[in-house]
Amino acid sequence: MRGATNAGWAACAVAVALAATACGGGGDSGGGSGGDGGAVLSSSWTDPQNPLEPANTNEVQGGKVLSMIFRGLKQYDPKTGEAEDMLAERIETSDSRNYTVTVKDGWTFSDGEKVTAKSFVDAWNYGASLRNNQKNAYFFSYIEGYDQVHPAKGEQSAETMSGLKVTGERTFTVRLSQKFSSFPDTLGYNAFVPLPRAFYDDHDGWLAKPVGNGPYAVESYTKGSEMRLTKWDAYPGEDAALNGGVTLKVYTDNNTAYTDLMAGNLDLVDDVPAQQLKNVANDLGDRYLNTPAGIIQTLAFPFYDKNWNKAGSVKVRKGLSRAINREQITDTIFQKTRTPATDWTSPVLGADGGYKEGLCGEWCQYDAAAAKKLIKEGGGLPGGQVKITYNADTGSHKLWVDAVCNSINNALDNDRACVGNPIGTFADFRSKSTTQKLAGPFRAGWQMDYPLTQNFLQPLYYTDASSNDGKWSNEEFDKLVDEANAETDPARAVETFQKAEAVVRDNMAAIPLWYQNGSAGWSERLSNVALNPFSVPVYDQIKVG
Amino acid sequence: MGRYVVRRLVQMVPVFIGSTLLIFLMVNVMGDPVAGLCGDRSCDAATAAQLKKEFGLDQPVWQQYLTYMGNVFTGDFGTAFNGQEVTELMSTAFPVTIRLTVVAILFEVVIGITLGVLTGLRRGRPVDTGVLLITLVVISVPTFVTGLLLQLLLGVERDWIRPSVSSEAPFGELIVPGLVLASVSLAYVTRLTRTSIAENRRSDYVRTAIAKGLPRHRVVTRHLLRNSLIPVVTFIGADIGFLMGGAIVTERIFNIHGVGYQLYQGILRQNTQTVVGFVTVLVLVFLLCNLVVDLLYAVLDPRIRYA
Repeated sequence: MRGATNAGWAACAVAVALAATACGGGGDSGGGSGGDGGAVLSSSWTDPQNPLEPANTNEVQGGKVLSMIFRGLKQYDPKTGEAEDMLAERIETSDSRNYTVTVKDGWTFSDGEKVTAKSFVDAWNYGASLRNNQKNAYFFSYIEGYDQVHPAKGEQSAETMSGLKVTGERTFTVRLSQKFSSFPDTLGYNAFVPLPRAFYDDHDGWLAKPVGNGPYAVESYTKGSEMRLTKWDAYPGEDAALNGGVTLKVYTDNNTAYTDLMAGNLDLVDDVPAQQLKNVANDLGDRYLNTPAGIIQTLAFPFYDKNWNKAGSVKVRKGLSRAINREQITDTIFQKTRTPATDWTSPVLGADGGYKEGLCGEWCQYDAAAAKKLIKEGGGLPGGQVKITYNADTGSHKLWVDAVCNSINNALDNDRACVGNPIGTFADFRSKSTTQKLAGPFRAGWQMDYPLTQNFLQPLYYTDASSNDGKWSNEEFDKLVDEANAETDPARAVETFQKAEAVVRDNMAAIPLWYQNGSAGWSERLSNVALNPFSVPVYDQIKVG
Repeated sequence: MGRYVVRRLVQMVPVFIGSTLLIFLMVNVMGDPVAGLCGDRSCDAATAAQLKKEFGLDQPVWQQYLTYMGNVFTGDFGTAFNGQEVTELMSTAFPVTIRLTVVAILFEVVIGITLGVLTGLRRGRPVDTGVLLITLVVISVPTFVTGLLLQLLLGVERDWIRPSVSSEAPFGELIVPGLVLASVSLAYVTRLTRTSIAENRRSDYVRTAIAKGLPRHRVVTRHLLRNSLIPVVTFIGADIGFLMGGAIVTERIFNIHGVGYQLYQGILRQNTQTVVGFVTVLVLVFLLCNLVVDLLYAVLDPRIRYA
């Protein structure tokens, strides 16, 4: 009778399990009703790639959390992107090189510790120190003494940077290794936030449950599945949370997150999957947002390869740029979630901040005949064909690379003129592009660290800069950037940066493709949802109910 | 019996070492993982060197492998790039996947074998043809289609289930994902059982049992089914390993943070420690399942004895 008993047991198990689904199916969103400030919202999230430390977080998902639990000296306005004083009472300088910072009184961390000048100086020294492996250490590289705590080779010869000095409980001085007038504006970046003693004293404990000084405090953190953040009631800032808290849920796939939003199990999705863009107006109506973020996509060139760096190459590059039908690709492939680029920065900077619409001029306008002529004059495509290299594992890179190639092939009346060259993983793609092993143009994306023109130009095009993977080098450009950095008047600095950008244009150092938008969709429970220039939702301003 | 088990266990050692070495080399061929850690910007040389040193990537591959295996035997599977211990990742991922696999196997055993017996006994009748047709459809439709359709129909349109599984992943929420995961194997189990039953129904011992006047259910369960189950058990045994490692598609659709998801992440981020660690455990699961299947033969057919 063994078989029969077993079958009976199994049937029972299934019955019990089915009953359990019925119970579990009801959903436990846990949120209260009504427009009170105590309701909690849930939002989609992806597991951060690196340990969650301010100077070690270089992607959006970790940055999202940091911007909820931390406030730095400056804060970027969610609408204009302008850097405004947050914890900074004053940041003074007379020569764009020596700065005196005064921290506001009355700020504490959520564990009760006071935020002092030392909280900043210690955190910055920790972030810069080579020993701590912080991936954003180079943010401190303008500060004098960085070379000693983070030498390019060998052991570090100092514990702290000589350019940082605590001069009082709430004041400290910063001395930079060169003039840098926009330095105060960079201080809104997450790497510059202050850290409490608990960070150093019990590092593992802190990583398991980070403590900061922002509008939210971490209630619990289950790595890989969810983080619960609650409103910190004693938060001294003016931008206190308008909701009771946020639960960040890790999703394996943004499609599933979107489905969950549809089914009413999730309140906010900050990355609407490309496949759903056609339905989004139908599904969500006006509960959908699609606004430019500080991200630009370009095609970079291998200037270390002499085929791409000879006399006529500028014309070939310009010709390729004119052979790309940006309007059509952003409309059909991206459903208008990208905007055709007309300069090398981003619209989020605004006209005063350095964005100059149409700076690229005719060189970014599609014209098949002109493209053909330019490439012919320039001596033709190197080897008769361009291969656009991209990583095939994430994003929809294959789709647009194929479309760009299609556009080029059509313009040149040659179906072998352009092909895509996929590389399996992002890591492999990065290791090939940073070691100059790519033979043709390759995809390059740039997400700004802070809303400054400088950030869109210097790291990418300055000689030997950190992200100048194509090794472009131009004396005039370098000179103009140096000049702009030393300029004390912001308006004139922007003007000089635009002159430098014109040099990039005249040499077509990289082909600008499009500006990327941030997108978000939300449930009927939420209102007042907005995305900041970094395409991260402004969580503290969201109202629930 | 005891000696047989010991011999089989000893045989596992070279298989274990070989497969881990292979995976280790394969992940290594993929290139430098540190390059992807700093996003669209390259890590500065000093930090990159420091990171490589920390993860032991500056050593030659054979030395990395030896150190790794040495650590594995002391229970240390290394650290993932996000600073979590791989053993910690395992302790959250494996229980979820095991639950999912148990649900899937239950479906295979209960529905698959029942349908198989039913159709095997009624060969050529409408029930048989119907089930054969359905199983054919199930086999030919890819899992992600079934998964997404069920998710939309039951989760969004009907609101009977939650479209995504919560992080605790209790059994109740795993029913539909388990069914989706099991679907293809379930169809195979049905067909396998059906053929086996149909074949054995005409054998002498079944005729004898019927001639003895035994009740029908006893003939079917005691004599017919028991002998017909050997190929089915082999299949299900091997399937346990496949389901645990191959649930990536199902896990992605239903947001289950199990082994498939961790492996996928590990490969995307080229995290040798995660990938090798998880594959090592999966290899062990495969080997143990095979052993259990072989031992089960003796239970089903007493003529099989192990020395």
